[in-house]
Amino acid sequence: MDHASIDAAHAAHTLADPLRRRFYEYVAAADGDVSRGEAADALGVQRTLAAHHLDKLAEAGLLEVTRRKVNGREGPGSGRPAKLYRRADRELSLHLPPRDYELAARVLAEAVERHGAEEALHAAAREEGRRIGAAADPDAALPDLLRERGYEPEPAGGALRLRNCPFHSLARAFPPLACGLNLELLRGVLEGRGEDGARARMDPAEGRCCVTVSKNNED
Amino acid sequence: MSASTPASASAPDPATAPSPAGSPDSGTAPGAAPAHHLAQINLGLLKAPLDDPSMKGFTDQLEPVNALADRSPGFVWRLIEQGGSDATGLRPFGPNTIINFSVWRDVETLWDFTYRTDHLDLLRRRRTWFERMDGVLVALWWIPAGTIPTVEEAGRKLDLVREIGPSPEAFTLRTPFPPPASHPQHA
Repeated sequence: MDHASIDAAHAAHTLADPLRRRFYEYVAAADGDVSRGEAADALGVQRTLAAHHLDKLAEAGLLEVTRRKVNGREGPGSGRPAKLYRRADRELSLHLPPRDYELAARVLAEAVERHGAEEALHAAAREEGRRIGAAADPDAALPDLLRERGYEPEPAGGALRLRNCPFHSLARAFPPLACGLNLELLRGVLEGRGEDGARARMDPAEGRCCVTVSKNNED
Repeated sequence: MSASTPASASAPDPATAPSPAGSPDSGTAPGAAPAHHLAQINLGLLKAPLDDPSMKGFTDQLEPVNALADRSPGFVWRLIEQGGSDATGLRPFGPNTIINFSVWRDVETLWDFTYRTDHLDLLRRRRTWFERMDGVLVALWWIPAGTIPTVEEAGRKLDLVREIGPSPEAFTLRTPFPPPASHPQHA
């Protein structure tokens, strides 16, 4: 608990620098590992400054570092392996004062399952989603709204694939419940925006959210 | 325990005798064959007979999802009724309780099939077709690779999870245990 709080506080402090936060967001949104050079180019800063911020983010546990030779160069003279960065899988949450909503979520999920109350859960999630969708700026693009909600949308063949599951820990412990909740929530968000909720559908695969939002009819 | 989940399986009808749906993959991967495989049983109490129109959403998915299981990484075996294509006609735990009984290479491959394929959508909608059941509906346990578990064994494993909770002898996907150590008896 104490360690987790200190880690989270450290991470929050590390992200307080606006430029560093942009580095974090760039790496988190990237599809695959990011090199120092790529990050520097993307944010229009010098490579040494990029390296400084990326390493600070890695120190705080927000990014993971791998070393790999790039450009397929091998053998003597091919240079040192490049440092590559990706978003850490580890989850950090900061609540001040300390709160443990995840424990509460697990207990509630267990109760829903024992009681067979999935239909009530789905209905409540759908309604919550509609409120979120209706309250959002109607001119905001759907990917921006999803990003605000912790998803990491990326276009995939006209559809929107979500790279992050905002309920990851719960979804590991209670997959049908958490994914069912998530699907209904997203359908509700679409409906709250006046769109067709059926565009959100289950599409589970390793390493991403279980829901895909298919192509908008107007697109 | 509700009548639908008898505490112990009665002696299985000859028709319930396991018949392999696929060739066990143990021993086919030289040097990499695991010493143990993972057996799993789960029960579902039907809300209506399988031929009832309300069950169509479930029965329509049986064939594609079973086919998906059969070709999933780590799949070893599933119970199939003689002359049938699945185990839904076998009711060793009660007239309205269908069973899903299978063997997998390990916990990871079973988890991936269960929760990372179209099978997840069936689980999400299970309340449409299945009554809530009190007690334990799932049991997993390790078996020597290359063997096929029996329905009586499955009944005992379900009892064990009911009686003492998940343990190395019988457990659940949420609380798995590693396979027994397979070190040689004599050094």
